[in-house]
Amino acid sequence: MSTEFAQKSHEALVDPKLQLAIYTATGRLKEKRIEAVADGVLPDYQELRTQANAIKKHTIDNLDHYLEEFERNVEAHGGKVVYCKDGTEVSDFVLGLAKERAAHLIVKSKSMTTEEVDLNERLEHHGLESVETDLGEYILQLAHERPYHIVAPALHMTRYQVADLFERELHVPQEIVIEKQTALARSVLRQKFLAADIGISGANFLVADSGAVVIVENEGNARLTTSAPKIHIAVAGIEKVIPRAQDLATFLKLLARSATGQLLSVYTSFLSGPRRGGEIDGPDEFYVVLLDNGRTRLLPDKNKRQSLYCIRCGACLNTCPVYRKIGGHSFPWVYSGPIGAILTPQFMGVQHEPALPFASSLCGACGEVCPVKIDIPKILLELRSDVKKSDAREGRNRLEKLGFRAFAWLMTHPRMFEMAGRIGRSMGWPTSKNGPLGAWLSERDLPPLPAHSFRELWSRR
Amino acid sequence: MSRDNVLHKIRTALGRGAGQAVPPPPAARIRIPQMSMDIRIASMLERVRALAGEAVATKDPLSYVAAAIAGKTAVASNAPFLAECGITGLPGVRSGVTDREELRELCATVDVGITSADYALADTGTLVLLASPQEARMISLLPPAHIAVVPRERILTGLDELFSLLPTPADATSSMVLITGPSRTADIEQILVRGVHGPGLLSVVVV
Repeated sequence: MSTEFAQKSHEALVDPKLQLAIYTATGRLKEKRIEAVADGVLPDYQELRTQANAIKKHTIDNLDHYLEEFERNVEAHGGKVVYCKDGTEVSDFVLGLAKERAAHLIVKSKSMTTEEVDLNERLEHHGLESVETDLGEYILQLAHERPYHIVAPALHMTRYQVADLFERELHVPQEIVIEKQTALARSVLRQKFLAADIGISGANFLVADSGAVVIVENEGNARLTTSAPKIHIAVAGIEKVIPRAQDLATFLKLLARSATGQLLSVYTSFLSGPRRGGEIDGPDEFYVVLLDNGRTRLLPDKNKRQSLYCIRCGACLNTCPVYRKIGGHSFPWVYSGPIGAILTPQFMGVQHEPALPFASSLCGACGEVCPVKIDIPKILLELRSDVKKSDAREGRNRLEKLGFRAFAWLMTHPRMFEMAGRIGRSMGWPTSKNGPLGAWLSERDLPPLPAHSFRELWSRR
Repeated sequence: MSRDNVLHKIRTALGRGAGQAVPPPPAARIRIPQMSMDIRIASMLERVRALAGEAVATKDPLSYVAAAIAGKTAVASNAPFLAECGITGLPGVRSGVTDREELRELCATVDVGITSADYALADTGTLVLLASPQEARMISLLPPAHIAVVPRERILTGLDELFSLLPTPADATSSMVLITGPSRTADIEQILVRGVHGPGLLSVVVV
């Protein structure tokens, strides 16, 4: 295990306040989800999951076709589609447009895709002001931190930390009442919305037959981002496309329920192109950035490509016994929890953090709650195998390999196995945390050794 | 920029040729339950109230709105239904604005935004607003309070009925928004706060 992953996980485990925050927040989200998909409330929940999975499978298997259809329809409504292979291309596009339009201030609504490519940092490096407007994301931007959770980005912070942060960064008196903290953020950000030249949003869905971007949110900041400035840019991963607007009848029922237990999020925006003749307000220019950033690397493997079905609801995080202990910042990239454990190795390569697919008890809870039925446990197993193959290629696990070979030899030689057992029982387990098994033993207790082996007991019967 | 490159990578990975036909997608799943108008109205009101919104069914929307905005400033959309109800003529109400900048400034300063709705969804308590010369985006967004006055026959059962009536909403508008309750956040300690960016007060008046 890389020292950083182990170190951060350990730090989270020994922080009682953080443990309580994660446990409470994920527990609440988890319970709300269970209520929202219960038989009495949503009797066709399992059918909806099956349908959502089938649509995602069909779309990803024919991705080029639906992207081209989406592109044609965006253009038919007066918008423009820009394909980008990585973060540099995204920021080059935004910077180029900002320069042409003499734009300085950008408002942003929550988008995990832009987190992937550190868009804010790239834009600010070139002198633009890029402001996050989701309350949680705004707090994190002030604190220079990454989202802790896909849906609840500032889940780990307390009102007291927010009070200190606002005092330091916004030069306001200490305020620990959450309603007043929220009102303060509202008034600061309202000025930004009204002055902004460009709004950058993410996208929950791209609708091929409509050329539309669909965004769900609770605060209203995404609506403001996409309709107050004269230019709207939506940044979306290529996997976000679905064939028809009618498919939203399936996906919208699953997304909010799985994420927060709401029947629908407060605002669902269905946006297709700039404002049309006669419409009173809305942007004059509409762009959709379709980002690859490693996604095409997931397509060749017919099983693992289902990782791209993810609709970022966060349900697997809330239910995961590992996420609920080590938290979001222990994970090595922007995506945390079970979905992060399968996306990160595939986007960044398995050696980015080889321990990641192993940091799971394979309990299967993530697969059970996934609204699009991604078989996360199975993909974790396949990634474990990929890590081992890659280790072998790089000659990394010689000692482990030797150990397993010795073990295999012992298991196929009954006499030697018996003898080893006797020697073992007389000596006891190796318990030193500094020995060769130290790293393994630091997190585990071995059961006591029995006085007699099963073979001995059997022969005495 | 990378259009052809990305599409080429996708096709290579999937083993598809450019322009290759695709099998038909799984049939869209649309299930519209039978629901009488009385039940729709009851469900609509109940859902909005469950989200801490105010909801009433009334034959006299004018009195209700007049009382709600008494002493306050308001901007009303150009929806013909609001004029029919006499709401645009109430004291303190501005209506008929068609200039984007003027409307935005107005919405940023008034107490209440008044709109109608193109549809409502009974099973979730949702308002559906399509941007048009009649309905602007900012009126339901910038003021701290939003009142929506909806004729009862526009209440649909739910999402499935909406998407069966509007299979391609982009044909009708560049912006369709579904509003389910007042603006809210729970980003600090999971404590629910209403009115973070959008209106914290939502009233639905079914006529």
